[in-house]
Amino acid sequence: MTQPGSAGQTRIAQLLTEHRDDVLGRWVAAVAGTVRGRITERELRHESEELYGLLVRQAADGPAGTAADELRSMLADLSRSRARQGFTPSETAVSVFALKQALFSLLEEKADVDADAKTYREFVLFSSVLDDLGLHTFETFAAAREQVIADQAESLLELSTPVVKLWDGIVAVPLIGTLDSARTQVVMESLLQTLVDTGSRYAVIDITGVAAVDTEVAQHLLKTVVAARLMGAECVISGIRPQIAHTIVTLGIEFADIVTKATLADALAHVLRQSGVQIISGGQA
Amino acid sequence: MTTSDDVEIPIATGDDVVRVRQATRTAAGAARLSLVDQTKVVTAASELARNTLVYGGGGEALVSQVTDERGRAGVRIVFRDEGPGIADVDLALTDGWTSGQGLGLGLTGARRLVDAFDLETAVGQGTTITVTKWRR
Ligand SMILES: Nc1ncnc2c1ncn2[C@@H]1O[C@H](COP(=O)(O)OP(=O)(O)OP(=O)(O)O)[C@@H](O)[C@H]1O
Ligand SMILES: [Mg+2]
Repeated sequence: MTQPGSAGQTRIAQLLTEHRDDVLGRWVAAVAGTVRGRITERELRHESEELYGLLVRQAADGPAGTAADELRSMLADLSRSRARQGFTPSETAVSVFALKQALFSLLEEKADVDADAKTYREFVLFSSVLDDLGLHTFETFAAAREQVIADQAESLLELSTPVVKLWDGIVAVPLIGTLDSARTQVVMESLLQTLVDTGSRYAVIDITGVAAVDTEVAQHLLKTVVAARLMGAECVISGIRPQIAHTIVTLGIEFADIVTKATLADALAHVLRQSGVQIISGGQA
Repeated sequence: MTTSDDVEIPIATGDDVVRVRQATRTAAGAARLSLVDQTKVVTAASELARNTLVYGGGGEALVSQVTDERGRAGVRIVFRDEGPGIADVDLALTDGWTSGQGLGLGLTGARRLVDAFDLETAVGQGTTITVTKWRR
């Protein structure tokens, strides 16, 4: 362990204080190079100055000081916000690692400092502290990123399952993309719930946007239709594209007495007729 | 003959089944299969991947683009698991037979959806199913 210098000041802390503007300038320039355009120069400058202040205190107090904790929590916040803004992990960790470069190039330029073995030892120690902090940003970043992805997946699940009211007593649910069990379940539950909430008698399940219908998807569809029937509602499946029709037939799935229509428009016309609504084209008389 | 575009996908979760489906779609598109044939082979892959997951206790899929001796392009997918195996293959290959809660159409349906279907299984050792769909 390197002991703090005579006045409780390590040589590194002294150097960092003495050459503050120089090192800070180099540091900000290096970071700016990688995050260009997504954070303003001023924000970055402000952020870096705050970090720098804490690092100087950490260099002076050693890892046991209060600065260490503050540093970690500030870096954690920084990583989290970088993760949300869509930065890569390296773009985030560079905020820490670039300081090492800045400090090292300063040491190199000051030949007298370079020769000092104590300073060298301190530099090694300080740089391992920086490495730790860099890894810390990586970890927080990864955790934050996973959270972002989990949130997105969840909101997609909800977003992708809109049940819309087409007409009095008629609701529709357009299915889009890949239907896995979890999604289909959510869709079907919200469809059944909407049937109850709106007192609708007809539901149109439109599968135009579905890439493939396999036995699992078919089973979910069939179950929903049966459940809706138990609630006194009729389902129509629409949007069965030719390639899907082919596949369903080859698989051997039977939709039995379920009404199917080629397009959503056909399905709507069908259920409107069923519910006794007459559509008359707007003539002049 | 296989090319270097082979994709190996472990099957351990429902998301992996989606991945197999996507890889199959990509390979079928690259082999320039018709839209109907793409949908068929993707659906077959979906069935077999789910069986690997549900009955085989997980395993893997190998998706590759292939060419036959006459230069015809196609897609081949190998599903492999080290699960319980299938004791009665004829029964499993009967429309509507399921040991679980399914429709019992996955295996037979998949066989009808592809051009070549090969099933190797041994009780207690696992199951390997290879399917191929050629460009028309
Ligand atoms: N990889 C496997 N390992 C062990 N048993 C299998 C495997 N694949 C299929 N089986 C057996 O074969 C039966 C028939 O499979 P199939 O895919 O046709 O129907 P399913 O999966 O039960 O229902 P569906 O696929 O229609 O939803 C299964 O119920 C299972 O007992
Ligand atoms: Mg199956």
